Amino acid sequence: MSVSSVMPQTTSHEKLNWRQNDAEPFVRIEQINKQFGDFTAVNNVSLDIYKNELFCLLGGSGSGKSTLLRMLAGFEAPTSGRIIIDGVDMSNTPPWERPVNMMFQSYALFPHLSVEANVGFGLKREGLPSGEVQKRVADMLDMVQLGHLARRKPHMLSGGQRQRVALARSLVKQPKLLLLDEPLGALDKKLREETQFELMRIQEELGITFVVVTHDQEEAMTLATRIGVMNNGVIVQTAEPHDMYEYPNNRFVAEFIGNVNLFEGTVVTDERDSATVHCSDLQEMVYLDHGVSCAPNQSVSVAIRPEKIRITRDAPDSPHNRSEGVITDVAYMGSQSIYKVRLLSGKEVRVTQPNVYRDSGDRLTWDDHVYLSWEPESSVVLTS
Amino acid sequence: MMTTSAPSDSSRPSLFQRFKSRRLGRWLVIMVPMLWLAAFFFIPFLVVFKISLSEAMIAIPPYSPLFEWDPDSAFATLKVTFGNYLFLFESRFYLDAYLSSLRIAAISTFFTLIIGFPIAYLIARSGPTMRTVLLSLVILPFWTSFLLRVYAWMALLKKNGLVNEVLMSIGLIDQPLQILQTDFAVYLGIVYTYLPFMILPLYTTLEKMDLSLIEAAQDLGAKPWRAFCLVTLPLAKPGIIAGCMLVFIPAVGEYVIPALLGGSDTLMIGRVLWDEFFLNRDWPLASAVAIVMLIVLVGPIMFMRNGNKEGL
Repeated sequence: MSVSSVMPQTTSHEKLNWRQNDAEPFVRIEQINKQFGDFTAVNNVSLDIYKNELFCLLGGSGSGKSTLLRMLAGFEAPTSGRIIIDGVDMSNTPPWERPVNMMFQSYALFPHLSVEANVGFGLKREGLPSGEVQKRVADMLDMVQLGHLARRKPHMLSGGQRQRVALARSLVKQPKLLLLDEPLGALDKKLREETQFELMRIQEELGITFVVVTHDQEEAMTLATRIGVMNNGVIVQTAEPHDMYEYPNNRFVAEFIGNVNLFEGTVVTDERDSATVHCSDLQEMVYLDHGVSCAPNQSVSVAIRPEKIRITRDAPDSPHNRSEGVITDVAYMGSQSIYKVRLLSGKEVRVTQPNVYRDSGDRLTWDDHVYLSWEPESSVVLTS
Repeated sequence: MMTTSAPSDSSRPSLFQRFKSRRLGRWLVIMVPMLWLAAFFFIPFLVVFKISLSEAMIAIPPYSPLFEWDPDSAFATLKVTFGNYLFLFESRFYLDAYLSSLRIAAISTFFTLIIGFPIAYLIARSGPTMRTVLLSLVILPFWTSFLLRVYAWMALLKKNGLVNEVLMSIGLIDQPLQILQTDFAVYLGIVYTYLPFMILPLYTTLEKMDLSLIEAAQDLGAKPWRAFCLVTLPLAKPGIIAGCMLVFIPAVGEYVIPALLGGSDTLMIGRVLWDEFFLNRDWPLASAVAIVMLIVLVGPIMFMRNGNKEGL
């Protein structure tokens, strides 16, 4: 799976609050801890989320992302720490008093109520006159294109329709913050892609801050303005999707998001604008066009994305950033091909190349002897 | 359950053959419970119905035969009387007995529901280990005889029984209360005996309920009590209906509890039935009482069934 389909973010530049140092965060999570008995689900997490963001919490199961979301909703009380939403400390506010709504992973539609009644449930609790409830429900159902199904019961709807009812129900109260727990998890691939764009459209239209929990890195990359990657109850990196992919700051993120080739090595030289790393699996030095601010001889990992490696039959000119090996596996994927190359040291390297020409005549195949090379800017040095 | 009896020379049975054998298999499966119902419900029902149309007489069996053979002609005369039914409707006593039974059963069912719901809710929400323990505690009373448990209540409730002794020793009362042989004792007995039949179906529906539904209700602004009324209760409806049917229907015809715990003025149709059969030896009238009771019960059963269908 590749993340080459990263969408350019359509958000206009002045809205990117998190890039401005003086911007006031809309949601502040301050040193939140959550213990379940001996188990620490969320470990001292601090996070600022800004207005109009679509923030993705990305992590595997048991990473603590859902617990963090449930604390934002008010279903779990933090063991310690504070949650501030729009300037108000909400740490101990019950869910029914928070200006926050949630779209559940299971959608949690009330099976005994019609689509209309499901969407109107929250408005009725506010004690609004029934005329206004009806109008707002109708408007919201039109927005998710379900106006014609208003009187159906949830069990008479398809999965995609149910997902849109759940979305409408969580949006109709115009919450300050919308929480989405794996919003696209139950949809098939094609529907998921369509819904991703619809979610982004709705989010921009309504100007509500979204926090999305997902385990699907592709989903996070497409949807998010920023991503927070969680592992073992800790946020390991917070960054925009592009930076998260191109500049991971540790091994976990590099491996979790997309594919990566990691080479263990030691720093040989480290200057302001260049550095060299010796890796035991590579015959030649790895040359970087920036300093890594490491001690000499510090052991590091060099991470190179598969699509940033060139694969050729002829030896490259550069004395650095090269290696050679034998192709052990080829996977033709249509738009691109994946090659597995065994280096002379025995290490397997993954390389992807776009299939630019329909038939290049001289196609690389099994057991071909090839050279690998990459640009000095293409590799990332990871110390942790 | 394929029972293709005809061996065909081709390895594959034809479409028609498969259709036939499938239908045969389906019939065999349905036949077993059908036969069971016919043998143990429908035929006895017809026998009772037949007796209810005859007249009581001192004979063995103690009722007039349905057909009377006239020795002079070759014809048999059918002797049918609706007198027993007419008698039931003319006498205030039987109507009162029916109404009283329905009232006692309804009130007992209500209290069984009020007591059983929190218990079922607690069991459904407790951890897996605790749940097994609590469920077996609910079922445990079935291990001793029902009659024995009713006798135990008699011992507890009588004038110098445990309940009165305790109440007197803590100074709440000076004189022992008359608890046994009152309607209260009957309610107590029915609620106690039928509680598991209420708890188990309630537990089943509550246990499979998606807890995120309650969270969703709270998330949308419903306080816990509102969330319970608007989500938990409507979704528990099938369980409530099943539990109420399991308690109400047998409670209407209950005999042992009113006979042992109730007073002489506790009027229930089960007791009337017993008296007619064994004291008055009026089998035809007793049969009519039984048939009318069945008809009276069909009403609430149909009502509850419809309610259940609407539920989900």
